[in-house]
Amino acid sequence: MFDHILGKLDLSAIPFSEPPAMIAGGGMIFGAIAVMLLVTYLGKWKWLWSEWLTSVDHKKIGIMYIIVAIVMLLRGFADAMLMRAQQAVSVGSAHGFLPPSHYDQIFTAHGVIMIFFMAMPFMVGLMNIVVPLQIGARDVAFPFLNSVSFWLFVIGVVLVMLSLIVGEFGRTGWLAYPPLSERQFSPGVGVDYYLWSLQISGIGTLLTGINFFVTILKMRCPGMTLMRMPIFTWTALCTNILIIIAFPILTVTLGMLALDRYLDFHFFSNSFGGNQMLYVNLIWAWGHPEVYILVLPAFGIFSEVVSTYCQKRLFGYATMVYATACITVLSFIVWLHHFFTMGAGANVNAFFGIATMIISVPTGVKIFNWLFTMYRGRVHFSAPMYWTLGFIVTFSIGGMTGVLLAVPGADFLLHNSLFLIAHFHNVIIGGVVFGYIAGFTYWFPKATGFKLNEFLGKSSFWCWLVGFYVAFIPLYILGFMGATRRLSHYDASTGWHPYFVIAGVGALIIAAGIGFMVLQIGVSILKRKQNMDTTGDPWNGRTLEWDTASPPPFYNFAFIPHVHSVEPHWDHKQAQLHAAEHPENIEPKRPYEPIHMPKNTGVGVMIGIFGFFLGFALIWDIWWLVIASGVAIFISVAYRSFDYDIDYYVTVEEIEKIENEISSRVKA
Amino acid sequence: MSTQVLDNINGVIPASAVIPAQAGIHDHGHHDHEAEVTDKVVFGFWIYIMSDCILFASIFGAFAVLHNNTFGGPGPKELFSMPYVLVETFLLLTSSFTYGLAMLGAHKNAKTQVLFWLAITFLLGLSFICMEVNEFHKLILEGNGPQRSAFLSSFFTLVGTHGLHVTCGLIWMVLLMFQVGKHGIGAITTRKLTCLSLFWHFLDIVWIFVFTVVYLMGAV
Amino acid sequence: MTNNHDTLVECHSRVGGNHHDSNHGSLKSYIVGFILSILLTIVPYVLVVNHILASEPTFIAIVVLAVLQLLVQLIFFLHLSTAPAHRTTLLSFVFTVVVLFILVAGTLWIMYNMNVNMMDHS
Repeated sequence: MFDHILGKLDLSAIPFSEPPAMIAGGGMIFGAIAVMLLVTYLGKWKWLWSEWLTSVDHKKIGIMYIIVAIVMLLRGFADAMLMRAQQAVSVGSAHGFLPPSHYDQIFTAHGVIMIFFMAMPFMVGLMNIVVPLQIGARDVAFPFLNSVSFWLFVIGVVLVMLSLIVGEFGRTGWLAYPPLSERQFSPGVGVDYYLWSLQISGIGTLLTGINFFVTILKMRCPGMTLMRMPIFTWTALCTNILIIIAFPILTVTLGMLALDRYLDFHFFSNSFGGNQMLYVNLIWAWGHPEVYILVLPAFGIFSEVVSTYCQKRLFGYATMVYATACITVLSFIVWLHHFFTMGAGANVNAFFGIATMIISVPTGVKIFNWLFTMYRGRVHFSAPMYWTLGFIVTFSIGGMTGVLLAVPGADFLLHNSLFLIAHFHNVIIGGVVFGYIAGFTYWFPKATGFKLNEFLGKSSFWCWLVGFYVAFIPLYILGFMGATRRLSHYDASTGWHPYFVIAGVGALIIAAGIGFMVLQIGVSILKRKQNMDTTGDPWNGRTLEWDTASPPPFYNFAFIPHVHSVEPHWDHKQAQLHAAEHPENIEPKRPYEPIHMPKNTGVGVMIGIFGFFLGFALIWDIWWLVIASGVAIFISVAYRSFDYDIDYYVTVEEIEKIENEISSRVKA
Repeated sequence: MSTQVLDNINGVIPASAVIPAQAGIHDHGHHDHEAEVTDKVVFGFWIYIMSDCILFASIFGAFAVLHNNTFGGPGPKELFSMPYVLVETFLLLTSSFTYGLAMLGAHKNAKTQVLFWLAITFLLGLSFICMEVNEFHKLILEGNGPQRSAFLSSFFTLVGTHGLHVTCGLIWMVLLMFQVGKHGIGAITTRKLTCLSLFWHFLDIVWIFVFTVVYLMGAV
Repeated sequence: MTNNHDTLVECHSRVGGNHHDSNHGSLKSYIVGFILSILLTIVPYVLVVNHILASEPTFIAIVVLAVLQLLVQLIFFLHLSTAPAHRTTLLSFVFTVVVLFILVAGTLWIMYNMNVNMMDHS
């Protein structure tokens, strides 16, 4: 009986014979234990539980998302460094330090982590912190679901990290194409870790999409029509539409693969009528909207940053909105460009190739709008502006290589070459990463109350910018020279070696950039008292989030604002200047009213914990645990459903106390 | 044409609540708040239903692509009994109707009517599931389970996913019946009943397409 | 308060005004919807089972009848309408249907071509 109680799990799952995995896994465990000891030493467990882990406050949930995203950036980048190092040395008779079975897990993990567990949570975290403040709301539409989404995401992270030392990860690439991902060719638990971490966190993402879609449409403050929303909120709205439509496709496709693996179904198997091309079709029907899910919020961030640091209203607000909407719709009719070479034929390829070229037009419109905003503006060259300028140049190049790839004839030569890898890193790093870092820097004082160190931020930028080009221009060249992706070794006669070495140096420069980022965060926290944002508006901003204290009180606004334009905070400041000159027109202060807020709850955490056991049990075939965790999750949900005592009113006395404390901080 | 359900989507205010002309200055009574919450919750649930539409569409797409891949095995003509499916269809359709009757009871604050019609809906839905489980069981025993071919894999997944949704709806229905029994018909329970009604009607709509695409087209 | 202020006012006056006959109207709508759905189920069933038409016209007929029943249930059971208060709901539905159509039609077109070009026909 004891044989089956742990399913397939036994001590052989721990990779004692593989030093890289043991070192990485050991480091990870050491880090986790160190953090837990630190929290114990500081006596902060109760505080952590009641103020953060059980919080349904969008600002806190957002901060937690970003913390995890930054940790996962380090893990994903470590994978990148390993790949660069391997490819720089593994030529001819030398075979590097990573056998192919490891190398395959590393490039798979790199892609999965960077997209699902770094970029997505970073974006969701920024949306969480900013969107309710920008629309004058007190929280999102469904704060409890927000907490559940976060914990479902954390399960995905834990499962992926656990695969380092208990079992293995998939060796299939980040999209796990069959037949390689079927049981027959991936009999281990690697693909199962992949499937369940993505399925579980995918549900969290879908819930987030629904949450923010409803929030933006239903909770805008009076006067804020759709065409008065900040552009970041517009891009958030479109991103959430994409999430709602695209993620069910991912759920179905991964679900079918799981059915093939676990129950011997034949969706994508080699015989019995399975069709592997169907998988590729479906997964990219999700995959293409996914990349727009990542990049649209970055575009929104750049709109906010450019307008603020150029002291100028955004040029062409309406066209920005229409361009975003066009991109959203068009993103559903281009997905085949990811598999031109699979054999649909010239007619199909032509349609999707043309559609792909068309989708670059609205993006071009946006770039011109940003440039026109900067023109005749008073540009403040602070760190977010650096990231923005770096983005405009870098993303444009990446976009152009994308248009080249959109030509099916060219793609037949370049598909799955390093040219492709360089292209998508170009747009993801130049667009998504630069954007999120700019947004992180821009909104950091709002979320925490103090600013990030400018010098270290700019140093990080220069390393990222230079490092990116040094790392990826060689890959473009290698692509033209015929180098394919995912190679752990190549022949010296190819002449590729020098380029791989240069790319390795580029990766080191990016590593320095990341080092500066981490240093920047640490130094800023240590020196926070010198960099406090006392006014709530450190950059002379224009939108509503700057109308609150930094950080805002938990209820955001003592009075729900009324807005009359697309730049309500800017208007408010002009009005205050005017009022200072005409004190007789100042209205008397309104009395506070009790504010309705949701209660914190541990149910999200419990769903997370049981969800983890469910995922782990499914991976290792521990069937009794699957049933037990499933039942536990059901009971948690039912418990929550029967709980009618989930909210409360903040008293006028408490509001007064908080608001007075804020005023005295501002005056000080 | 009734606007009852969509009234609930957008929030019905009890006649007792007073709405002053100027927003923001009036008394935020608990009634206003519940109406606001109902508006958000029901709309949010509708959006979840939209995502579920895409989920089913993807499975339908897979079925459409794989429906001829029988790998030499039996196809729909050999496997499906049309009268059997017609009975299933009427059970589900009737349950959609009886749920509507339950909602009418909710709008009249008639707790007994609600519980009665929910119980009938539950029994009809349960009968549908039993018939479906029986159909699956028979196919599997004959050796025509999902492992037989891609066609059968996609059939079992499409019909099975729908069946799983219905089962979740039935469990939810039982939980709601307990809550209605305990709390009566109020803003919160009506909101929950409205969400379940959207879910239940949606599942009947999906079944129209399962019936048509899987069974009817299979028999043509 | 919220953007729904006007909507709530409309609903309030609408409910207040129609409260007397909305119950009647509702029961009627469910019954009409139920009967129509039964008919729209029986007709395609009979068409198929008795092979009344040839294959292709039958296909078209049952699809049309399914779409009609979809509309019946949307209108009579789900009460979807073009009223201004319900516009966002209707718009979300229309958008979803459009995307759904693109995804399914796109998949069928792509996979048909893939199968013709790439699958073994021996």
